[in-house]
Amino acid sequence: MIINHPLLGPRDTSEFTYLGDASLINRPDWQSDTAAPEFHDYLYLRDNPAGTHRELWFHEQGDRSWLVVTRNTLTHEILATELARDVARKTGRGK
Amino acid sequence: MTQNNRLQGGLIDRSKKLRFTFDGKSYEGYQGDTLASALMANDVRLVGRSFKYHRPRGVLASGSEEPNALVELRSGNRQEPNTRATTIELFDGLEATSQNRWPSLAFDALSINDRFSPFLTAGFYYKTFMWPKAFWEKLYEPMIRKAAGLGRLSQEADPDIYDKGYLHCDVLVIGAGPSGLIAALTAARSGARVILADEDSQMGGRLLADCNRFEGVSNADWVAQTLGELASMDNVRLLTRTTVFGAYDHGIHGALERVSDHLAVPEAGKPRQILWRIYSKQSVLCAGATERPIAFENNDRPGIMLAGAMRAYANRWAVTPGKRVAIFTNNDEGHRAAQDLIQAGVKVVAVIDPRGDAPRIAECELLAGAQVTDAQGRLGLKSITVQMADGQTRPIEVGGLGVSGGWNPNVQLTCHQRGRPQWFEPLAAFIPPAEMPTGMVAAGAAAGNLTSFGAIASGTNAALAALDGLGIKACPVDLPKGEDNAISIMPFWHVPGKGRAWLDFQNDVTVKDVKLAEQEGFRSVEHLKRYTTLGMATDQGKTANVGALAVMAEVTGKSIPETGTTIFRPPYTPVAMGAWAGRSVGKEFKPTRLTPSHQWAEEQGAVFVEVGPWLRAQWFPKAGETHWRESVDREVLAVRSGVGVCDVTTLGKIDVQGADAAVFLNKIYCNGFAKLPVGKTRYGLMLREDGIAMDDGTAARLAEDNFVVTTTTANAVGVYRHMEFVHQCLFPDMDVQMISTTDAWAQYAIAGPKSRELLQKIVDDNIDISNEGFPFMACGEVTIANGIPARLFRISFSGELAYELAVPTRYGDALIRHLMEVGKPMGITPYGTEALGVLRIEKGHATGNELNGTTSAHNLGMGRMVSTKKDSIGSTLSAREALSDPDGLSLVGIQPVNNTEIVLAGGHVFDENAQHLPENDLGYVTSAAYSPNLSSSIGLALVKRGAQRLGETVHIVSPVDDSNIKATLVSAHFVDPEGERLRA
Repeated sequence: MIINHPLLGPRDTSEFTYLGDASLINRPDWQSDTAAPEFHDYLYLRDNPAGTHRELWFHEQGDRSWLVVTRNTLTHEILATELARDVARKTGRGK
Repeated sequence: MTQNNRLQGGLIDRSKKLRFTFDGKSYEGYQGDTLASALMANDVRLVGRSFKYHRPRGVLASGSEEPNALVELRSGNRQEPNTRATTIELFDGLEATSQNRWPSLAFDALSINDRFSPFLTAGFYYKTFMWPKAFWEKLYEPMIRKAAGLGRLSQEADPDIYDKGYLHCDVLVIGAGPSGLIAALTAARSGARVILADEDSQMGGRLLADCNRFEGVSNADWVAQTLGELASMDNVRLLTRTTVFGAYDHGIHGALERVSDHLAVPEAGKPRQILWRIYSKQSVLCAGATERPIAFENNDRPGIMLAGAMRAYANRWAVTPGKRVAIFTNNDEGHRAAQDLIQAGVKVVAVIDPRGDAPRIAECELLAGAQVTDAQGRLGLKSITVQMADGQTRPIEVGGLGVSGGWNPNVQLTCHQRGRPQWFEPLAAFIPPAEMPTGMVAAGAAAGNLTSFGAIASGTNAALAALDGLGIKACPVDLPKGEDNAISIMPFWHVPGKGRAWLDFQNDVTVKDVKLAEQEGFRSVEHLKRYTTLGMATDQGKTANVGALAVMAEVTGKSIPETGTTIFRPPYTPVAMGAWAGRSVGKEFKPTRLTPSHQWAEEQGAVFVEVGPWLRAQWFPKAGETHWRESVDREVLAVRSGVGVCDVTTLGKIDVQGADAAVFLNKIYCNGFAKLPVGKTRYGLMLREDGIAMDDGTAARLAEDNFVVTTTTANAVGVYRHMEFVHQCLFPDMDVQMISTTDAWAQYAIAGPKSRELLQKIVDDNIDISNEGFPFMACGEVTIANGIPARLFRISFSGELAYELAVPTRYGDALIRHLMEVGKPMGITPYGTEALGVLRIEKGHATGNELNGTTSAHNLGMGRMVSTKKDSIGSTLSAREALSDPDGLSLVGIQPVNNTEIVLAGGHVFDENAQHLPENDLGYVTSAAYSPNLSSSIGLALVKRGAQRLGETVHIVSPVDDSNIKATLVSAHFVDPEGERLRA
């Protein structure tokens, strides 16, 4: 596969390592009253769609950016690539 | 032997005679021959034995689809099994041997399998060899493996080089027949960067094998003209002997170039094969079509082959399987083949065509409405039996029979991305799917355009589509006029009869087997394939699959498209393991990383061990030491009594900077770092988010906004990745940056009661490293040896007074030599990873054996380190009951009651009187070593309620070596439990 890195352009997948569902960005608040079940769901319950999937890739042999790649798991078509930090900020993550 | 079956003409070079041997017998052929054509020229029709029944077999095809003519090529360490005689280019001195026969090809003892065929039908090994159960592994399987099979491996290392390469292009054209040549020309003239690849040694495809196809220009001239123009263009790369075997995602193709397979030995410095990864923006598949046989009784006799192959042998290689031949065809191309053969000087006795209205094309007898029902001649075809239109049978004496059941477009690559081919009734064949791999267009026969003009028209159109996709303005090309008759074929798959009629030659699957599979409920294509082994051989059923599908459709009363097709996967033809490995063999399998003082360690005669990619000194044997334990015990005692030095450069080092560096480390480690003063180091435990321990190490605060984090050698990469994840994905606004500095610093542990004394002679005079000035866990930037910058950490893995001293990598070698020199009067002893391990086990320090991916902080005795006052990765879930269960596993020491007995890592712990059953299992030994300080074998173990059981006697049981020893559970801190030494 070729991943179109938002900063570096098209790069071969062999430069990247894969982590998993981009929902791993949505880490729960540890001070929530229901923190334990929230962390449980965050860590263990993920969708496994046959189709469009947002997932985390790390440009390990490159600029060490974490990316959110939107990929069709059936066709491997890549629909979008974003810097994970931009996605995280958009979802309200900060410090 | 003379070449009795050699005809006039052909594309061979008669001025270059080549000698070769087959099964030890010498023959002659010409430059341009394949092994198959040269054998045929010499009237050798029997070339192999089938997989299961050991049936005598001859050449079926003229290309890579060949199922029968598989031979062992070359000898010694270059011997290669299962090579196809039809694609082996003849070279002088070629040696080939037939396979799967004993003692000889003509007399094969296991051909007795053929007599037992009623017991060896589809799925026989699921039925016949079921009982008694134990016999499968010991008797049946070895027996079947011996009896069924293909070539043998040489068992020697391959002496040749295999390379890997990367190519980029705008348009990749796969196959250089008429459509591929014109597609490449169209794209190249328009300025696109073009790669044209063909598996054959010569480009031209069927134009090399058939009679002239175009008006006013011979096949040879048109191919030469087109190739000449392509070769002259800078934007074109021509790859012959190159099979594009896989279409992968996003226009990436795998291709195998057989650079030297046509030579006895590769030229000096040249690889045998190159595995190319081709990045293409667009691709045009012009892979042609493969002819399929018609099944009838004994249709596997040597001398019976595909009609198109017979035609290719006559036109290109000027050979024929026999002086008298016949053609059995259900389509017009078979008749044209007959006409070509007649022109080449072969006696075609008859064309047999089951169509009542078969056209008369060839100038020979036409038997319309007739069928071939049987063939005679076990080791070579002698005659065929023909059932005439009126029902009468007629024997016909022939030495060769060309069979054509139609043509299957080579759609494989169009289906490598899960596409399913579509049934195309006019051809009675599958054509490429509507949904093609991104950027791929099919043309020519591969797309179902079986006429000459159809092929080139579709070739140029496909190139225009590709250019359009690239946004390149196209330069049209003039097309030669060629025949463009509508295809005429009557689907005809097998001749009805009681005998065995072969569908899959290589795997011995007959029409009966398919019917049996249906009877027994294996009707889906995927079941049919696995039950009968249809299409599972090295040829992947290229000539077999559609015929078998048609038989299944017939017996189930369904249509062929309803019956379905199996999924095509790469590779299109087999790719040798050597090509996949490329140069990554032996010590080049992975990179080897050496520390800056590696050469020094080698000079000391160190024994090295692989730790991940690193080579680390394991121990340093001294003269007279004959056993590794002698060396290791000496090194351990030297550290405990004097001073030792160990290269710890391989530990991961991550430099963390920024205003939020401390806050960030508070997230990464389960224990607190925010309040760590500058100039201090702290041990830190990292958890995974699920609360399991991930890694441990130290973080040294060099400045308010600068830490140096160390990781274990094995986890350096993973920890760095994790830290970047936590920063970029979870806390993107933290002001923190990090970089791996593992390679930037050479680092040495200097341990033992005399370590300070030694270091005082190393660091510059103005630096106070007294116990007060530089206490336990202190860290700081210092200078050594008159101004060389260094970092000093007072940390201890051994439990002794100890330091770690880091210098920029370039000083590493000089530093170790300097330390050894200065430390000589103190008896400085270099120690390796074994002694390091003994020292840390004696001290009860956990490492990878204990942080094994199943242990929580609580299990490791560090439960109280997990701060509940702050958020850190893993803190919430580590509070889960199972991870903090007081009755759960906890880390303890273990010591045998009898100190001559040896604790082994992996042994399981049981109560003294308990039966050794899983339900009584108390835990297991994680690490073990011989402690020269305690004169006893010792170990660390994870034991249920271990902390409360200290003093209890248990049994350590290891079924691996059948050992069972009595041991006492003790504190994990065997040496200096109060930690006085490291604070001294």
